[in-house]
Amino acid sequence: MYRLTGVTKRYTRGKETVEALRGVDLTIEDGDQLVIQGPTGGGKSTLLQMIGGLDRPTEGSVELDGVDLARISETKLTRLRAEKIGIIFQSFNLIPTLTAQENVETALVPLGIKPAERRERAAEALRSVGLGERLTHAPSELSGGQQQRVAIARALVKKPKVLLADEPTGNLDEGTRDDIMALLEGLWHEYGLTFIMVTHDSSIARRAPRLATIKAGEIALTEQGGGQRYAQQAAAGHGQQQAAAYGGPQGQQPYVQQQYGGGQGY
Amino acid sequence: MFGIYLKRELGRRKKAALVIALGLALGIALVITVNSVSAGMTQAQDKVLKSLYGLGTDMTVTKARTAPTSGSSGGPNFKFDAKSSSSSTQSSDRVQTQGGQALKSSLVTKVADQTGVESAVGALSLNVTKVDGSFTQGKAKSSTSGSSSTSGGGQGQPGGGTATGQPQVQGGGANFNVNSYSVAGVDVAHQGLGPLSTMKITTGKTFTSAQTSAKVAVVSKSYAKEKKYKVGSTFKISSTKFTVIGIATPDSSESDTDVFVPLKVAQTLGDAKNQVTTIYVKATDSKQISAVKKEITANISGTTVTTSADLASTVSGSLSTASSLATSVGKWLSIAVLVAAFLVAALLTSSAVSRRVREFGTLKALGWPSRNVTRQVVGESMVNGLIGGALGIALGLGAAYAVTAISPKLTAQVGSTGGGAGGGPGGGGPGQQASQNTLEIALSAPVSLTTIALAVGLAVTGGLIAGAMGGWRASRMRPADALRSVS
Repeated sequence: MYRLTGVTKRYTRGKETVEALRGVDLTIEDGDQLVIQGPTGGGKSTLLQMIGGLDRPTEGSVELDGVDLARISETKLTRLRAEKIGIIFQSFNLIPTLTAQENVETALVPLGIKPAERRERAAEALRSVGLGERLTHAPSELSGGQQQRVAIARALVKKPKVLLADEPTGNLDEGTRDDIMALLEGLWHEYGLTFIMVTHDSSIARRAPRLATIKAGEIALTEQGGGQRYAQQAAAGHGQQQAAAYGGPQGQQPYVQQQYGGGQGY
Repeated sequence: MFGIYLKRELGRRKKAALVIALGLALGIALVITVNSVSAGMTQAQDKVLKSLYGLGTDMTVTKARTAPTSGSSGGPNFKFDAKSSSSSTQSSDRVQTQGGQALKSSLVTKVADQTGVESAVGALSLNVTKVDGSFTQGKAKSSTSGSSSTSGGGQGQPGGGTATGQPQVQGGGANFNVNSYSVAGVDVAHQGLGPLSTMKITTGKTFTSAQTSAKVAVVSKSYAKEKKYKVGSTFKISSTKFTVIGIATPDSSESDTDVFVPLKVAQTLGDAKNQVTTIYVKATDSKQISAVKKEITANISGTTVTTSADLASTVSGSLSTASSLATSVGKWLSIAVLVAAFLVAALLTSSAVSRRVREFGTLKALGWPSRNVTRQVVGESMVNGLIGGALGIALGLGAAYAVTAISPKLTAQVGSTGGGAGGGPGGGGPGQQASQNTLEIALSAPVSLTTIALAVGLAVTGGLIAGAMGGWRASRMRPADALRSVS
C-alpha cells in the first residue's frame, strides 16, 4: 500500500525555485489502478518519480508498505526499485544495442539471477506479451507497439508489486494504443498489480476506476467506478468521439474483455 | 550481461570507438617510436664511444695539454738534399707522437696501482707524414746575375723561381706528395684493452705476446685497401721494414688508426723511448668511474683523465643533433600528443555518456546500482584503450622497423676541438686530424619490452582516464533521467 503524506517537491532552476508538487496526500491500496492526468508541467511526472522511488521529495513522506522511500538509503532504494517496481516509459527506453530478450534480462541483472534463468524468464515474459518469435530482434527491428511490449515484458519479468507507466501510449497510433491498453489491463488483473499510470489521453483517463488530476502541483481525486462510469457518460451523450476512438459501441467494454480478455492471443 | 552489453555497445558504436582508439593509438605509437629512436641514438653514441675506446675501456689518461714552447717539437720538419743533379726523387718520413705530448711508461703501472683501477695499458699514437717527390734545380740564365734558388716548402708546388731581379733562375721547381697516416703502438701482452680492442682481425692474425720487438704490423682494412696491402706485404716507416700479419676491421664504420705495431717498436720509431701517449684504464666497478677519475687526477699530476661521459659531450654532428632532438623535442612532442589523445578520449567518452543519459537513467530506474553502470562505461573505455594500445603498438613497431630498415646515416664528430697543440706553425694538419674523428653510424630503432610494457600501461591509463571521466558522469545520473523526453 502506498501512503503519500504532504509530498512537496521543489526544483531550483537558476535563481528561480519551482514547486512541482505542493503537499500531496494520496493513498493507493494494493491492486488498485490509478490514472494521473493533468496539463503539461502540472507535476504528473514528478509525482510518478516520487512513487517510483526515482527521486525524493523535498518534504513529506512516500511510504510503500510502511517503508518511507524519502528516508531510506540510496542502496536500499535502488534495491527496492529492482524488486518491487516495474516501470514503462513513453519512449519505451529500450537499450538500442541489445536484443529484445537481452533488454528484458536487464531487469533481472540487479536481482543477481543466473544468466540461464534470466534468459528463460525473459523469453517467457516476451511470449506472454506475444513476442515469442522476436526474442533476438533489436529494438530498431520492431514496431513501436512491439517495442512497448518488450518494455512491458521488461517491467513485469521480475514480478513486481507495482507497475508504473509514464504515458505508455503517448508514442503509439490509436490501434496500437488499444492493443497496449488491453494488454496492460489484462496483466493488471492477472498479476494483481498496483497499477499507476500517467496519461494525457482523456479517453484512457475516463476508463480508470480512480483518477487523480494534478494542476499546479496540487492533486484532486475522482472516484469514477471504471468502465461503468464511462458507460454512464456514453449514455448521457458525452464523449461519443472518444468512444468511437476505442472502437464504437464496443468501447463500453473494459479493454480486457474487448481485446486482451477476448482471447486474441496475448 | 556485462560482456554482452559491452560487445553490443562497441559493435554498434564502432566509429566512435575507432576515433577514441585511433587517438590513443597515435599517442602510443609516437611514444614507442620516440623511445626506440632514442634508444637507437644511445646505441649509436655507445658505438661511437666504443670505437674510440674499445669494449671495456672506462677512461683514458693523457698528458695535460701545455702550450708548445717555441722551437721544441714544432711543425713537421723535412730535410732534403739539394743535389746538383737536375732532377731527383726523394722521400722522407716524419714520425711524431700524436700531439707531441707523451707520458712516461712508468705512469702506466702507477695508474694501475690506483684504487678502483682493474687494469691499465699504455699505447703510443704516432703520426707519420711522408713526403716524397722530385726536386728540380733551377738554371741560372746568363743574362741574369746572382742565383737565388728557392727550395720548395713543405707542401705543394711553389712554382718557378722568383723574379726579384737579375740574374734570373728559370725552370726550377719541386713536386711533392704529402701523405700522412697514423700508427698505434700496442701493448702486445694486453691487447684486450687499448686501441686494437676496437678492431676485429678479419684476415691473418694479431700479435703474439712474444712479438714485443718484432717488425710486424696489423693494418686497418680501409688503409690496406688504399695501399693494396695484403697479409705478407711489406712497407717501410722511416726506413724500418714491416711485414703485414693481419688486417683488422673496426667495430664501427671507421677507425682513426691505420697501422698497429708493437709498442716497443713504435717507441723506437717515434723516438719516444719509454713513453706512451694514452693510458687505457678499466675500472673495477663501472659505477665508480668518476671516483676513479678523481683519484687519478689527484695522484698523478699533469694528466688529463677522459671518461666516456666526457667524451660523449664532445660528440657533435648530426648524431648529436638528432640525439638531442629525440630526447628533447621527441619526448615533449610525444607527451603532448599523448595528453591530447587522453583528453580527446576522455571528452569523447564523456560526451558519449551524455548522449546516453536516458539509457543509463533507465538502467538505474530498473534498479541497477551506480557501480554496475559505471563499470559498464569504464569497461567500454578500457576496451577502447586496449584496442588503441594494440593499434598503437602495431603502428609504433611499424615506424620503428621502418627507421631500422631505412637506417638513416648519422655522422658524429668525436674528439676535443682545438686539439692542435702538436700542429705547430707550419703543419697544423696531423695533430688536428687525429684528434677530430668523424664517424658515420646507421641509426636503428630497437623496440624493447620495456617500451611495449610502457605502451600497454599508457593504453590502460588512457582507457581508465576516459572511463573514469565517463563513469563519473554516468554515476551522477539520476534514475529520474529515464523519464526525460530527449532522445
